[in-house]
Amino acid sequence: MANENSTNETHHLRNITVIWLILSVIVDLLFWFLVGPHVPPGTMTSSAKGNQFDFTFLCLMALPVLIGVWVYMGYAIRIWSAKRPGAEEPMTGPNARTNKTAQVSWIVITSVAVLFLAGFGTVELVISQGSGGGEGPNPIWTPPGATKAEAAALTPKASWSANSNQVLTVQVIAQQWKFTYRYPQFGGFETTQLVLPANTNIAFNVTSLDVIHSFWAYQLDVKADANPQQNDVAFTQTKQLGSFTVRCSELCGIWHGTMFNSGKVVSEAAFMSWAQSTEQANAQNTADLPPFAWTYVPDANGAAGGYYTDGNVTPYSTVEIYGSKQSAP
Amino acid sequence: MTISAEPTTEVVTSAVVPPSSPVKTPWSQRSGWLSQHLGTAIVGAVLGYVFGHWLGNYVASGYTYIANSGQNSIADALALIFMTFGWLLGIGALNYPLAKIVGRSAPEEVIAKGWTKYVRYSTDHKVVGMQYIVGVLLFLFTGGLLAMAIRTELLNPTTHVFSADTYIKIVSEHGTIMMMMATSIIVGPLGNYLVPLMIGARRMAFPRIEAFSFWVFIAGYMVIFSALPYGGFPTGWTGYAPLQTQAGPGMVSYLLGFAVIGLGMMAAGFNIAVTIINYRAPGMTWSRVPIFVWSLLATAALLTLATPVLFAGGLFGLLDKTAQTAFYVTEHGGSSFLWENLFWFFGHPEVYIMALPGFGIVGELIPVFCRKPLFAYKVAAAGMIGVALLSFFVWQHHLFQSGINPDMRPLFMLTTELISIPTGFIFLVGMGTLYRAKIRFEVPMLFCMAVFFNFLIGGITGVFLSDVPVNVTVHGGFFVLSHFHYTIMGGLLFAFMGGLYYWLPKMTGRMMNKKLGLVHFWTMLVFFNLTFFPMFIIGLLGQPRRVFTYAKNLQGLNDFSSVSAFLLGASFLVFLVNFMWSMYINPVMAPANPWDSLGLEWQTATPVPSYNFERIPVIMTDPYHYGEVGAPALADFGDGPPAPLGSSSTTGSDPA
Ligand SMILES: [Cu+2]
Repeated sequence: MANENSTNETHHLRNITVIWLILSVIVDLLFWFLVGPHVPPGTMTSSAKGNQFDFTFLCLMALPVLIGVWVYMGYAIRIWSAKRPGAEEPMTGPNARTNKTAQVSWIVITSVAVLFLAGFGTVELVISQGSGGGEGPNPIWTPPGATKAEAAALTPKASWSANSNQVLTVQVIAQQWKFTYRYPQFGGFETTQLVLPANTNIAFNVTSLDVIHSFWAYQLDVKADANPQQNDVAFTQTKQLGSFTVRCSELCGIWHGTMFNSGKVVSEAAFMSWAQSTEQANAQNTADLPPFAWTYVPDANGAAGGYYTDGNVTPYSTVEIYGSKQSAP
Repeated sequence: MTISAEPTTEVVTSAVVPPSSPVKTPWSQRSGWLSQHLGTAIVGAVLGYVFGHWLGNYVASGYTYIANSGQNSIADALALIFMTFGWLLGIGALNYPLAKIVGRSAPEEVIAKGWTKYVRYSTDHKVVGMQYIVGVLLFLFTGGLLAMAIRTELLNPTTHVFSADTYIKIVSEHGTIMMMMATSIIVGPLGNYLVPLMIGARRMAFPRIEAFSFWVFIAGYMVIFSALPYGGFPTGWTGYAPLQTQAGPGMVSYLLGFAVIGLGMMAAGFNIAVTIINYRAPGMTWSRVPIFVWSLLATAALLTLATPVLFAGGLFGLLDKTAQTAFYVTEHGGSSFLWENLFWFFGHPEVYIMALPGFGIVGELIPVFCRKPLFAYKVAAAGMIGVALLSFFVWQHHLFQSGINPDMRPLFMLTTELISIPTGFIFLVGMGTLYRAKIRFEVPMLFCMAVFFNFLIGGITGVFLSDVPVNVTVHGGFFVLSHFHYTIMGGLLFAFMGGLYYWLPKMTGRMMNKKLGLVHFWTMLVFFNLTFFPMFIIGLLGQPRRVFTYAKNLQGLNDFSSVSAFLLGASFLVFLVNFMWSMYINPVMAPANPWDSLGLEWQTATPVPSYNFERIPVIMTDPYHYGEVGAPALADFGDGPPAPLGSSSTTGSDPA
């Protein structure tokens, strides 16, 4: 009896393992070759490329787990169904309640896998300078030269030149319901167009004038929350030319769904000429802007009413929050 | 509301109130239509609302900011607070505590006969369980209709059914109502009904607190629903400040709604935890407690410990909106991060409040249908406690890109991935139980299998989300949306349905129709997956959550998801038809133990007598001896004289 049980056991486990192994190898190979190169968000930047690899890697680990459980369940449904003619009587005895080998190996395998994944994620996070995610006002994983560039950005003599391996500092200002961008290394002009040079380390300094938004440059694989009165810094390195989408990915009110625009990565020379001509064309407006800073404190009426001399083209709240009712522009 | 005694002609008798007590029944205790019931509760709520609104305007209309804005959040808040009080007064929830406060003898709640007990303040845990079924279905179908509206809007990226304003408020209301539903959908109906039956007790530890938790849950429904006539709120269920501070009066409903629901959650959690710890029958050691009860104990711990944080967080927000404090207002010295942290400090344990009871049901049901003992019982129990503990240490994974201290991110990545170890135990337990079983694929078992199928996808995508680099792409998009629908709907809701098909024969004495049940199951499983699986891809392709416009190239996937969602909605109608048909229209009497379960809850009479067990059983072993020849009997139900009814700790209506 015990003998029959143990042959039964090896027989079932062997069947399941063989099916699982074959399917896993096939599916993983198919995924690696057919899906892998197309995994979002592409290869436009270092962080996008890193993320594509991370996502693919996690899929290659996850698919065998999915297949394992599904094969096991499918096997159970097929073989251990009470409806099957000549279905065996269920297993009994102490092994039906506990099985030290099964339990210990399950716990060990899942623990090792999980600890490995945490280590993998940490390494990938550190070597990719935060992997395009918002690191808050005091980033610790930065590309070389970033700290210097960030410090210089606050001074009037900040500058950037092509082919110099300098970090480009870009400020992203979110407000209900649009993004604007400031370039402190080009006189601090502000524009609605996000243009970036290729093959350059970019430091995005993300802040908000009102509620929490999130700056999500999809193809660049950059995502950082825009918090009022906080500078949230994210890094990436541009690799390829092309255009990309920017969307707000934190619910910020009624028109959250329309808070998107697009930007482009151009050659360093093209960027240089765009930046310089925009700087000149905007010199008049730039003079009216507040000096470049990491954050901007709106007045009591919120929505930057006190800072923008553009006749309050920027939206303001008609619903009063603090103090007296805001007067119409 | 007075609790004074009035002349009465007839003493109300029931199985538990000895007929010999010749007291005059006070008004609050009568069972006729002149006493307290749903109708008086509604009257109380309306009067409370009107009074609160008047009071708020009387007190606060002089303030400049209110005069200028034309909005009086104080009046809105007071109206809802007094509405809740009026509701509780009207139903009779406050009779006992008020009587105690003024030093009168505390009135007993009457145990009404017939169906009218279901519209009264009942301290019988079985009545509360049935009331909760109706309550959670009310939440579920309201939220479901809103989901249909969302999917209708997303049929086309540029042509809009709703205005941007209406859409975001529908999304917010859907999320909040569904979250509130999910906290209670198993704990409320099945937890309250089954815990005493499964541990061999005659009642819950605090029957009045239990009844309170139900009626305050319904008050929470009214409060959160009031957001719609108040003009809605634009923040989603997460209610982030400063958008919260900026929003209109509907936000008051959100903040108070969570506070009111939170009261019910704390009450329910406290009651269930104390009951399980103290009211187990003799012989029911911790290694003999049914696994469903273990899951409820872990859930109750989370409800009791996490909900106060939400309650306090909501209170701060309410003060910001009414009393002009600045807890979450950055420019006045507050912090929007404070809300994010308080909310998710509650919000992540909340995720497991919405997962553990589902695991419990699955663990309880599969041995019955496998005809095998539960595999690795101790691992299952340890896993649930482990999940509950770890769930307090992972909340910042919702904030990976928010600008928190960057050092914290690897730490929270580690804790988040660690929690998948105890979560994985439920798969060890499930797969181990299936091993060389003789599986009966009844409807409840099919739902359990579906939980494993769906939750596996939900759990594994959770590992993707916890990986900080990958999180950059998937945070805040349809990927995470799909992930949590796979865990909450694919896990919890499927488990609830399985539990309902399994235990309704015990609760009502009537069988659910199997054919309709199969149609319900298969449509729900197929269309659930067809609705939500495409959303992983939609999210990876760059669609953020809570938007009414999206990229043109995503229309095909969105339409596929929408059409599947409508069919998923239709499968819930199949459930509703089955429920009405099998329970009311054409009831078929259920056998005493239709699934051949060994559980203690099946060993008492159906319908369950109000005192549950004639004698308190003495538990001899655990309830999982399936297929074991010569296994000991589960419990000794005794041959001696029945325990005297009405003595303390045995009646269904003891003072709490
Ligand atoms: Cu936004």
